[in-house]
Amino acid sequence: MRIQPGQTDPAVIRNFCIIAHIDHGKSTLADRMLQITGVVDDRSMRAQYLDRMDIERERGITIKSQAVRLPWKVGETDYVLNMIDTPGHVDFTYEVSRSLQACEGAILLVDAAQGIEAQTLANLYLAMNADLTIIPVLNKIDLPAAQPEKYAAELAHLIGCEPEDVLKVSGKTGVGVRELLDHVVANIPAPVGQAEAPARALIFDSVYDTYRGVITYVRVMDGHLGKRERILMMSTGAAHETLEIGVISPEPKIADKGLGVGEVGYLITGVKDVRQSRVGDTVTSVTRSATEALGGYEHPKPMVFSGLYPVDGDDYPELREALDKLQLNDAALVYEPETSAALGFGFRCGFLGLLHMEIVRERLEREFNLSLISTAPNVVYRVIMEDGKEVTVTNPSEFPTGKVDKVFEPVTKATVLVPSEFIGAIMELCQNRRGNLQGMDYLSEDRVEIRYTMPLGEIIFDFFDQLKSRTRGYASLDYEPFGEQEAELVKVDILLQGEAVDAFSAIVHKDKAYGYGVEMAKKLRELIPRQQFEVPIQAAIGARVIARENIRAIRKDVLAKCYGGDISRKRKLLEKQKEGKKRMKMVGRVEVPQEAFVAALSTESSTDKAKK
Amino acid sequence: MPSTLPDGDPAPASGELPESALEGLGGRPFGFYVHVPFCVTRCGYCDFNTYTASELGPGASHADYAATAVTEIRRARAVLGDAVPQVETVFFGGGTPTLLPARDLVRILEAIDGEFGLAPGAEVTTEANPESVDPAGLEELRRGGFTRMSFGMQSAREHVLKVLDRHHTPGRAAQAVREARQAGFEHVNLDLIYSTPGESDDDWRASLAAAVEAGPDHVSAYSLIVEEGTRLAARIRRGELPMPDDDVAADRYLIADSMLAEAGFGWYEVSNWAVSDKSRCRHNMLYWTGGDWWGVGPGAHSHVGGTRWWNVKHPAAYAQRLADGVSPAHAREVLTPQDRAVERVMLELRLSDGFPVAEIERPVVAARALGDGLLDMEAFKRGRAVLTLRGRLLADALVRDLVG
Repeated sequence: MRIQPGQTDPAVIRNFCIIAHIDHGKSTLADRMLQITGVVDDRSMRAQYLDRMDIERERGITIKSQAVRLPWKVGETDYVLNMIDTPGHVDFTYEVSRSLQACEGAILLVDAAQGIEAQTLANLYLAMNADLTIIPVLNKIDLPAAQPEKYAAELAHLIGCEPEDVLKVSGKTGVGVRELLDHVVANIPAPVGQAEAPARALIFDSVYDTYRGVITYVRVMDGHLGKRERILMMSTGAAHETLEIGVISPEPKIADKGLGVGEVGYLITGVKDVRQSRVGDTVTSVTRSATEALGGYEHPKPMVFSGLYPVDGDDYPELREALDKLQLNDAALVYEPETSAALGFGFRCGFLGLLHMEIVRERLEREFNLSLISTAPNVVYRVIMEDGKEVTVTNPSEFPTGKVDKVFEPVTKATVLVPSEFIGAIMELCQNRRGNLQGMDYLSEDRVEIRYTMPLGEIIFDFFDQLKSRTRGYASLDYEPFGEQEAELVKVDILLQGEAVDAFSAIVHKDKAYGYGVEMAKKLRELIPRQQFEVPIQAAIGARVIARENIRAIRKDVLAKCYGGDISRKRKLLEKQKEGKKRMKMVGRVEVPQEAFVAALSTESSTDKAKK
Repeated sequence: MPSTLPDGDPAPASGELPESALEGLGGRPFGFYVHVPFCVTRCGYCDFNTYTASELGPGASHADYAATAVTEIRRARAVLGDAVPQVETVFFGGGTPTLLPARDLVRILEAIDGEFGLAPGAEVTTEANPESVDPAGLEELRRGGFTRMSFGMQSAREHVLKVLDRHHTPGRAAQAVREARQAGFEHVNLDLIYSTPGESDDDWRASLAAAVEAGPDHVSAYSLIVEEGTRLAARIRRGELPMPDDDVAADRYLIADSMLAEAGFGWYEVSNWAVSDKSRCRHNMLYWTGGDWWGVGPGAHSHVGGTRWWNVKHPAAYAQRLADGVSPAHAREVLTPQDRAVERVMLELRLSDGFPVAEIERPVVAARALGDGLLDMEAFKRGRAVLTLRGRLLADALVRDLVG
């Protein structure tokens, strides 16, 4: 009975997470743990059991973390292992930090053929700062290309242990997994908390389920949470009743006795929107409330903005509904209606980062069957006018036209891990993106960690692409917000026949304005079909034209023959062309095909590339 | 007439027409088109419904063709009934109608006259390749009631004719015009093709000059259209020939209009010029002004009172239907008032007579076209939307805007 939920002695609990890069085999290792501990039998095992969303499984990345309770026996003692799955991507640093907060230890999982990647390193630093016990593990030792000695030395160097302390496993074959679980029990400290104190539980994840409403994942720090208990969300002050409380093992199991100190599980309160149950918030009891919340709660802050428009204007209500639904499960997604002269009605959406943006867009298209145009992503600018007025710009078309005194842009701390042969290429690229070198460390003989501060606006503009193409795909990148800086930024407008196309406006550094203008004008000349009149394409900063292209007028648009047998065919063609015209967007008198917008606005930061 | 048939609704086996089609029959001009689906060789650019074999099976070979066509003419009489008016125009097209002996063409014409009656002064045209006629044949046609010859001259340049797979010599077309005149034909047309790969502006000028010099009273000039599935399209795809360029075609059109105007030919349709109103092709005008006509032959299109239909394409299938006493119609469409309105703009805007301004549904578009110089201001003031020279080159774009 010692290990039943609500009655478990904290001394036999071990809470840990796995820190790994997306394709380093975290999910496969988790699968093996499920099998070896016997909570999933071989028959019902399916690959990447814990990744629930289709996109996660297809991309091989974990977006939403969950917690699985695993039984494990060492000697005569029954232990409870709570494996907390963390998101592995740069955009979700905050969520990672909350997951880490729920653990006492972390398995640092690294592909024995590839070595550590930048985001893993960033998450490792987070875990070390959170004082977690780190268990270094090399995975995929069954691969012929594995270099366990080399990468064991690298890991030892990073965390300050001996290379022989690095465990070696194969998630695929199961080699070393039992030893790893034993190691977790032996080395990761048991949770410590005050059982008699008012309840305090950390929300480390919050997921919307169509049937059940919001499922809140918590780690109990102090006290006890029970079923049918009035609970209080300390940041929002909202009170709810726990309709259900339980653990995941790996399917949900109701815990009649609730959850005690050190335990990890889920709550259901009937709430329908994850924003009412926020990651990082503290849950306490209404009747006996804690006075102080657990530290570290932050409100998610969108860093990257983009306009989303339905290709077919009639789909606007569907897009609104889809965003509403998506937001139930994504507290970080923000949006508000926006009108573009060129693209019609749509939404300006705020995202945590590029991957978050790609995921939202992909879910809108896939789950809601929408066809979308998205404008080039941009960051948030703070513009100070000469009269002292401050304007926050989340859309280039809002950039003030009056007398601008200063413009501030968000800056990031970026870390690139790369084989040393590419140091020159990376430095050139980062320099070109207004980066400032902060430092450089050799992780091993031939691998280097390079740190820069760099404007976020530079990173979201095809930086991944460039990084990958200049390093034959070997570089990995992590970045985190690092305040803001003043910069000489200007708005470049693109004009068709003298009329600015809001969707093509961009805020760029003044040294890059010319390049942007020339490239965009050239692109559009190729993409926009010839019209009955000449169409000048201009790039301009304010009233100053910096680049110009011309679309020559079409001179002939007539079929020579139209006799008795041609009439039906020609009328049908005309009807078809009429339909086609409906899909054209009018910019003044210029007909611009949808495809031209899509192609001109694609910053090459497509899905694959954002995956890094 | 391109060989690909449009999509349509099923046509009844009886060939019966809806009441709406027969309503007002007799109040509209009526004509016949006779398709002759035979050629000696197929030209590389041609996608018309034509066949080079002389034996295509019973009823469809050269020798049987006239008899098969006459069968359809008799069916036409039965379907249209007594209200049908006399025939104003007859047009034999192909293929190469003059591959059939003149007496066969005359026999078909006589059947039309016998069943329907040719109106006094009816226009009777046949297309011909310059090399497929001789003085005797021309005289026989003239005597048999034909009034107009239309020759496929295409070009006066040997290297251009070669790309087009035409087998006549550059001088032959002019000679054919003289022979037709001698045989008593008052109306003679020459067809020309421009922007053939390899043709220069000067080649085109030379062709126009030669055509004018031959003395026809009508010239048709078409930009070469590369139709899918033709040998020409394949050669362009393989890179053996360059794709005709629309800007070049526009230049050639301007050259044509200027040289023809200088020689006394006025445009009356985008691709057609005539020395006087009397020399316009009345049969084609019937197509363009909503007249009725019956199309005889495989793949031939017909129009009666807002119903369009087209026959089965293959000559053997066509002959078989007629032999079985069944309508050779493959499919048809009954036009809605909206369809008819669209067709009117599409067809009448191409004419020098233009489209009535009062009936334009989108006056804003028309006003803009005036401003852009696509419509003629003087004519507009008189109540007609008439294309300017530039407007003729952008006619399809303007039609799309006007009906859009």
